[in-house]
Amino acid sequence: MGHARLALAVLAFGYAFLYLPIALVIVYSFNESRLVTVWAGFSTKWWTALLHNEAMLSAAWLSLRIALLSASAAAVIGLAAGYVLARVPAFFGRTLFGSLVIAPMVMPEVVMGISMLLLFVGSERLLGWPPRGFLTIAIAHITFSIAFVAVVVQARLVDFDRSLEEAAMDLGATPWTTFLTVTLPLIAPAVGSGWLLAFTLSLDDLILTQFVSGAQSQTLPMLVYSSVRLGVDPQINVLATVIVALAASALILSGWLTRRRA
Amino acid sequence: MPIVQIEGASKRFGPVTAVDKVDLTIERGELFALLGGSGCGKTTLLRLLAGFETPDGGRILIDGQDMAGVPPHRRPVNMMFQSYALFPHMSVADNVAYGLRREGLPKGAIAERVAAALAQVKLADHGSRRPSQLSGGQRQRVALARALVKRPKLLLLDEPLAALDRKLREGTRFELVRLQEELGLTFVMVTHDQEEAMSMSTRLAVMDLGRIKQVGPPHEVYERPRSRFVADFIGIANILPDGNRWLALRPEKIALGVAEPPSAPLPAHRIAGEIVDIAYEGDRSLYRVATERGVLLVSAANVARDGRSFQRNQRVWLAWAADAAQVLDE
Repeated sequence: MGHARLALAVLAFGYAFLYLPIALVIVYSFNESRLVTVWAGFSTKWWTALLHNEAMLSAAWLSLRIALLSASAAAVIGLAAGYVLARVPAFFGRTLFGSLVIAPMVMPEVVMGISMLLLFVGSERLLGWPPRGFLTIAIAHITFSIAFVAVVVQARLVDFDRSLEEAAMDLGATPWTTFLTVTLPLIAPAVGSGWLLAFTLSLDDLILTQFVSGAQSQTLPMLVYSSVRLGVDPQINVLATVIVALAASALILSGWLTRRRA
Repeated sequence: MPIVQIEGASKRFGPVTAVDKVDLTIERGELFALLGGSGCGKTTLLRLLAGFETPDGGRILIDGQDMAGVPPHRRPVNMMFQSYALFPHMSVADNVAYGLRREGLPKGAIAERVAAALAQVKLADHGSRRPSQLSGGQRQRVALARALVKRPKLLLLDEPLAALDRKLREGTRFELVRLQEELGLTFVMVTHDQEEAMSMSTRLAVMDLGRIKQVGPPHEVYERPRSRFVADFIGIANILPDGNRWLALRPEKIALGVAEPPSAPLPAHRIAGEIVDIAYEGDRSLYRVATERGVLLVSAANVARDGRSFQRNQRVWLAWAADAAQVLDE
């Protein structure tokens, strides 16, 4: 009995350590005070202020568009890469290919950032394209998100029953139809969770984005970071609350997708 | 024209030769069994027919047409997989309809043929279920319906009964044979179970180490095995040296008696011995009898109800006819 109580207390402490700060942010988003850390009564005025903050809204909209595009592109390319890694038994340079796909997961973002910046600057000088901003940020995010999708898809395909695909082909399906009607529906949950992973990674990336964003574009994390340096406004608490809500729904959705796998 | 002609087909996986220069002809309407232990190449041979493997050498003709370069989805062949390979994300009816949809048949025709195929395997009211909601025997029948609905010239069955429990297996054996005869199709079946192969097939091939050791109707392969391997693999055999050759003698061909066999009509061979071991199998018992020609296995039906016709350490006489033993080539 005593042991069980102790275990519960430890558990409660652990969860408090993890989630108390987040709970505080949510509570303080309804703070009346101008100061972030002083409680002065309930108010929704900072929520209203955020809704009318043009800079914040356009940064959020940019981040959302980048996240949608990069997650979708990374899902397609990562699916192809994961498929090859799981299915093509041996080809020249297979090990190298595998390492290259996984490398962005462990590569310091600063290194990726500086190398991408060099590439984009060079390409802009030679071809006049791409303009730094939305497109360059999206490309950079796709580059490191592919790895995460590929790993999830590969893991799912490794224990995939190959005889299902053979049965489809035996029944007259071309390899492509087999992929669309049998393989893809069965690994869709893995692709879905890969997409969600890529989406959240893109949404809160700061370091890489700062290297490739150019002068005009400002994503949400960049705006938050710069406004924190200038002195925080309680709107930050509101924004944090919104992001927590979004992240929580993504997490729940991803868990649900993974459990639904046949 | 035979439905299947295999001419010198070989398949290697790295250093292992799974199928070694196999020649085989299968006639229309046969229920042909490929029989052998694990790793003998029987499944690889079946997969060569389905097109999942390509031969390293030799030719495979199905219905007179060379199958070189023909992918699985263009072969007039369907396969029932050992694991059944039912699509878990589709209903039973969609599983059966899958192959017909690939042919681009109109919806009405597909629905009709799916219903007929499900009725044929007695699953008419299970169409809307998921495979995971079915029992093992029902899944096996869905897999069968899914392959048969395509009306293939040749149906390949990979260990069709291995995943079923014993009682169900016996009934399903007859069911498969009935379907094969009714539809007039050619079945090629892979099995490791010699009883299954013997009771179902019109002809069977015994395989070992990628080669076919003997082909023939079950009774011929059983009664006239050509090699020690076949004699030993199919049923039980006493292998006796006879000069510079070997004889195979089935345990049930030997008469077991307490008294010395009468001199007329004279059995060609008789020998005295002592029972060293008895394996009681219910309907019959298997006796190990020590004789001057070595330990012989003798099988005798348990006709008397009290069972114990013979005891261990009992002195007995063994006798067999002149034509009871089979001379082996190897």
